[in-house]
Amino acid sequence: MTVRLDQLPFRTPATVTDVRWTALTPAEASRLRNLGLDEGVRIEALHGGPIGRDPLAVRIGRMTVAIRRAHAQTISVEATQ
Amino acid sequence: MTSIPLVAVVGNPNAGKSALFNKLTGARQKVGNYPGVTVERKSGRLSLPDGRPVELVDLPGAYSLDPSSPDEAVTRDVVVGKQQGERLPDALLLVIDATNLDNHLRFALQIIALGLPTVVALNMVDLAERDGLIIDAAALERELGVPVIETVAVRRRGVDELKLELSTAIGSARRIRSAGEEDFVALQRRARAIAAAATVSETATRRWSARLDVIALHPLLGPLIFTAIMFVMFQAVFAWSQAPVALIEAAVSAAQQAVVAAVPEGFLQSMLVDGVLAGVGSVVVFLPQILILFLFILLLETTGYMVRAAFLMDRLMARVGLSGHAFIPLLSSFACAVPGIMATRTIEDPKHRLTTIMIAPLMTCSARLPVYAIIIGAFIPARSVGSGIGLQGLVLFGLYVIGIVGALLAALVLSRTVAKGNHQGFMMEMPKYQLPHPRDILLGLWQRAIIFLKRAGTIILVSTIILWALLSFPQPRAGETALDSSIAGKIASGLEVVMRPVGFNHEISLALIPAMAAREVAVSALATAYSVQQSDDAKAEQSLTSQLRGRWSLPTALAFLAWFVFAPQCLSTIAVARRETNGWRWPAFMLVYLFALAYIAAGATFWVATFLGL
Repeated sequence: MTVRLDQLPFRTPATVTDVRWTALTPAEASRLRNLGLDEGVRIEALHGGPIGRDPLAVRIGRMTVAIRRAHAQTISVEATQ
Repeated sequence: MTSIPLVAVVGNPNAGKSALFNKLTGARQKVGNYPGVTVERKSGRLSLPDGRPVELVDLPGAYSLDPSSPDEAVTRDVVVGKQQGERLPDALLLVIDATNLDNHLRFALQIIALGLPTVVALNMVDLAERDGLIIDAAALERELGVPVIETVAVRRRGVDELKLELSTAIGSARRIRSAGEEDFVALQRRARAIAAAATVSETATRRWSARLDVIALHPLLGPLIFTAIMFVMFQAVFAWSQAPVALIEAAVSAAQQAVVAAVPEGFLQSMLVDGVLAGVGSVVVFLPQILILFLFILLLETTGYMVRAAFLMDRLMARVGLSGHAFIPLLSSFACAVPGIMATRTIEDPKHRLTTIMIAPLMTCSARLPVYAIIIGAFIPARSVGSGIGLQGLVLFGLYVIGIVGALLAALVLSRTVAKGNHQGFMMEMPKYQLPHPRDILLGLWQRAIIFLKRAGTIILVSTIILWALLSFPQPRAGETALDSSIAGKIASGLEVVMRPVGFNHEISLALIPAMAAREVAVSALATAYSVQQSDDAKAEQSLTSQLRGRWSLPTALAFLAWFVFAPQCLSTIAVARRETNGWRWPAFMLVYLFALAYIAAGATFWVATFLGL
């Protein structure tokens, strides 16, 4: 089942199925790519910030990355069992 | 041009590049700037096994050859031989993090494709092993087509092999190809495939870093720990520095007495004792506090906690139109606004960056410490307010808080007015936690100490001598004090008309003028001003602290503190803001709004304190 990254429960290993790159500015898209985001990579939401659980600390591949919920919405993921 | 070979150290941010660079070059490093840009150029010497010397230069960390910041642009320009003031490297030392191969190999592939002789340092293999990750370096070597050496930057592991490979690489031919040809997505996938092939085994262990993050990023514990760290940091600045400060003070006064004994009374003696020693001495005394502050900032940076703090602060920063990203340059600004403003270059959003530059001077930099410390020491009683918390430390903490609150409010206003626009948000890598290595920390502190002492020996020395001269001439006639008759006194009298309403006296008005060069000069200026006025007998015994106690009221002292929370009194900051914003418009704006805030804050403090009968 596919969900948006911001809806994925914490500490649920998942795989990126789709990223709406067009919903991001070119600068944002290239930054996320630099941080390792791509279709097919492993992803897991680890922590949320103290206020409104935003931003998110997300494990992308082997790297932990901070992104805001607003950007996590553009990322579709599927939980791996 | 020098003929010794140049090796550039390149790699992703957080690859452990600088630690490896320190390990290879030792303490003999040169820190400079690339011409035209404010990007730091760090270089050092290395001797190859055959005895040949090599110059090693540590390039800024980069994610790709398609730069998104001036730092990354320098890295790209150096490796393609287009950087002004830098020759094309003879070889590259490419540092990749063994625990993060997917991402680091992508940049590695771009670099290797350039065709310069390259040696790869597969760094942090110890951490990889601890994470249950086994990498086949030989397989990686085959895939990449360049030598791969396993290293642990903080230890000796791999260092000799690296030197050996570098000496072979330096001789070999460069086959330059054009950069950035390959599609980025394809490159990324190729990197992942190579990483997967080179990974022999991967045991799913809960990593150390992940476990620490559960505590450090906990919604309740996280902010508590953060606040505690900040509080300890500012308490330490005062508590730990007392012994070394007393030592330096004693040394300065011994030097003054020695000069008085050795040099005949007159012009030269007065210049040395009242000008040079009183002035420079009163600033050098604060070296211990500044180093303690830098120690904490270096520790926060190298352990990886800094980014966690940014994460915790992001929402709060978002409320005032910034992002957690701005937190890092702002925290560095507590040490000094100049590197702070330079660090804003990693903020990609231009509006965020501008706002951050504008508010960076409100963070209490180390140059304010001498000013705060002398006033707090003189006017705030050194008593405890319970459970080991000193009142003096508490007041100091309060001053920092006022600066921060002022900065947040300024950001709020700026991001809704002059820096309005769409914002990019917050995206950043959260590096692994690492134990700080004493050698790297000491080296960082040493470099800071040298910079500070150079300032004391140049800007501060020159301005104190000029001030001493302006204070000493023309000589007072009968019935006049030196302060009334001198040139400086006359200038200060003019300024005093403006400053009197906020509680500032003649000596403060006088001190504010040279303090434009650097804030800490205010202290040496006060020391010089009171020293010149005094009779010779009293000179040796009375410290600046007791002078201030006798001559200032408490409201005046508090107003003086409030002034320095806001006043943009630092030429270097103005200059770096001009360079980073490409013009005079924003630094001019900065000067005006900060002086206005300083005046209002000093006035409000003075009148409230007077009204309360303090």
